[in-house]
Amino acid sequence: MWDYTEKVKEHFLHPRNVGEIENPDGVAEVGSIACGDALKFTFKLDENGKIKDAKFKTFGCASAIASASAMTEMVKGMTVEQAAKITNQDIANYLGGLPQEKMHCSVLGREALEKAISFYKGTPVKTEQEKIVCECFGVTHEEIERAVRENRLTTVEEVTNYTKAGGGCGNCHPMIQEIIDGVLSQLSEAPPERPKLSNIKKIKLIEDTLEREIRPALKHDGGDIELVDVVGNRVLVATRGACASCQASNQTLKNFVEAKLRELVLPELVVEEVSA
Amino acid sequence: MKPVYLDNNATTQVAPEVLEEMLPYFHELYGNPSSMHSFGGQVMRKVRQAREQVASLLGASPEEIIFTSCGTESDNAAIRSALASNPDKKHIVTSRVEHPAVRALCAHLATQGYRVTELPVDGEGRLDMEQYKRALSPDTAIVSLMWANNETGVIFPIEKAAEMARERRILFHTDAVQAVGKIPINLADMRIDMLSASGHKLHAPKGIGVLYLRKGTKFSPFMVGGHQERGRRGGTEATPSIIGLGVAAELAQKKIDVENTYVKGLRDRLENTILNTIPNSKVNGDRLNRLPNTTNISFEFVEGEGILLMMDEYGICASSGSACTSGSLQPSHVLRAMGIPFTMAHGSIRFSLSVYNTDEEIDFVIEKLPTIIETLRSMSPYWKMGANVCR
Repeated sequence: MWDYTEKVKEHFLHPRNVGEIENPDGVAEVGSIACGDALKFTFKLDENGKIKDAKFKTFGCASAIASASAMTEMVKGMTVEQAAKITNQDIANYLGGLPQEKMHCSVLGREALEKAISFYKGTPVKTEQEKIVCECFGVTHEEIERAVRENRLTTVEEVTNYTKAGGGCGNCHPMIQEIIDGVLSQLSEAPPERPKLSNIKKIKLIEDTLEREIRPALKHDGGDIELVDVVGNRVLVATRGACASCQASNQTLKNFVEAKLRELVLPELVVEEVSA
Repeated sequence: MKPVYLDNNATTQVAPEVLEEMLPYFHELYGNPSSMHSFGGQVMRKVRQAREQVASLLGASPEEIIFTSCGTESDNAAIRSALASNPDKKHIVTSRVEHPAVRALCAHLATQGYRVTELPVDGEGRLDMEQYKRALSPDTAIVSLMWANNETGVIFPIEKAAEMARERRILFHTDAVQAVGKIPINLADMRIDMLSASGHKLHAPKGIGVLYLRKGTKFSPFMVGGHQERGRRGGTEATPSIIGLGVAAELAQKKIDVENTYVKGLRDRLENTILNTIPNSKVNGDRLNRLPNTTNISFEFVEGEGILLMMDEYGICASSGSACTSGSLQPSHVLRAMGIPFTMAHGSIRFSLSVYNTDEEIDFVIEKLPTIIETLRSMSPYWKMGANVCR
C-alpha cells in the first residue's frame, strides 16, 4: 500500500473544488486516459485580476485527485503571475509530500496550471510545439528538462517517477540521459558534491563493492569477476567462470557492474573488460 | 472495524484448525524430524502425515510431494530443473499472463541464451490451442502454463495442454497456486510432470510451498544442501508450516464442494448485482471457465486505486489491475494481454472470496460500491461522454 500522508488522504476523500467553471478565464486539459492520469482545470478571475474560483476534474489515482485539489486551493486569491510561479514541488509540499513514484501527479497539476495560464494570456502553449521525447506517454523535451532542473534529478528512473517519461518501452532512455547530462552541466553547482575520494580510498571502495555487491550475484549464475587495475576513473576488470564465455556478459558489465559501481562509489566510473 | 476480506487470491487467513494443529510444533514438539531420537521422530511422523494429506488433495503419491518455501521457489525449482536436465534444449513455452514468478524468471532466462515463446490469449483470457501446438518444437525443454489466472480466475485447459506436451516428450509444468483447493485436481489421471502450489492461498501460513514432481521425472535440485525431501530440496523442514499445510489440504479437500457451490454463489451474486446496478461495468475474462471465487470487474472512466482506497474506508479489501497500484506505469500485464482497453483496464477491481465470506459481507459491498463509483465518476472528466455510451 502507498504511504500517503494524512493530508493526501484527506484531500482524496474530501476533494475541494471539483467541477468545471462555465465561461472560464483559463482552461486546460492535460494527460490522457491511456496514461492513467488526466486533469481538466478551469479558473475565473475577479475584477482585480486575482483568481476568484478554480475547479478541476480528474481521472486518476488518489494522489492525482489530491494534487489537483491542493493546486486549486493554492491558486485561489493569487494573481496569474503569482500562480505561474507554483512548482510541482510546491504542490507536493502542500500535501506533506508524495511517494516518489507518485510525483508525476504533482507535475500533472503544475502542467494544467501552466497551460490554463497560457490559455488566459493567449500565448501559444510551448509544450505542444516541443519535441516529444517519450512517445509512450507523450512527454516533451521541455517537460523533462524542467522536472530535472526543478527537482535536481540525476537518473532516468527519477525522471520516470516525476514525469512518467521512459516508463513504457524504454526507447527514450538515452535521450532522457542526454537531457539530464545537459541540465546538470548547465547547473554549475549541481549535482551535490560528493566528498573527494583519494585514489587509494577509491580503489578500496571499488574492491569492497565488487566483493560485497557484485561477485555474489555473478557467482549465483556461475560467473565471477576480478579487478585488474584502476586507471583514473577507468575500472579494468577480467571476467571469470560462466561470464568469460557468456555473450551477455558485456551487458552485465555495463548494466549491472558499472551501474552498481557508479551508484556506490563514483558516478564517473567506466568499467572496461581486459584479458588478464 | 472487522475487514470485509475479498482479496483471497492475494493471501488467505490461516484456518483456526490449521493454527491449532501447528502451535505445539513451535515450542513443545520442536524436534528436528531428521534426528535419531524419538523426540524428533514423532515430528517426522507428523511431516509424513502432512505429505500424505497434500498428496491426497492433488491425487498424487506422497513421494511425489516436495515441500518448498513458497510458490515462487516451486516455479523456479521446476523450470530450472527442466532446463538443467535437458541441456541440449533451449526453448521455453509459456504464456503472456503468467504470474511474475514464472514470467520474470523466463525473462531472465531469455538473457541467458534461452528462447522463450509467450503464448498470447484472446479477449476472454483464453489460450489458442492450435497456436500452442505450433509453438512446441523438438528444441522445447519445458512448457510452463498456469492452471488458473490469479487476476481473472480464468482456467487454462491444462489436462489437454499437458497431454500434447507429453506426446512430444516435452516436460510440462503448471503453476497451480490459484487452482489448488478451489477446483478438483487429480494428478494421477493426468500427464503433468511438475506442479507448483502455495500454502497461504489455501488457509495455511505464508512461507510454505509445494512442488509436485511426477514419479520418474528427472530432477536437479534448486536448493542444494542436506538429505531432506529425499535430497531434492535441502534445508531443515519448516515443520509447523508443513503440518499446518497438511491440515489445510485436508480441509480444502473436504470443502471443495462448498467452494464450488457456496463460494461460487456468493461470487455470482456479487458480480451480477454489481453489473446490474453500476452502469459501464464489465467482467474481464471467460465467465464459463473460471475459478469459483474470483471476479474481475472493470468500471469504465474511473481509476482502480481510487476505488480501492474508498472501499478501504469501509474496511473492504480487494485489489486492482490499475497502473497506479502496481508502482509501474502500465496497467496489469494480464488485462493488456487480453486487449482490454485502457479506459477499462485502469478501473479494474478483483474480488476474490473464500469459504469464510458471508452473505452479509456481500450485501455490504453491494450497498457501498455504487456510491463509491458514482463519487469517483463525478470527478472524472471522461464520465459525461461515457454516460452516453450504451452497452
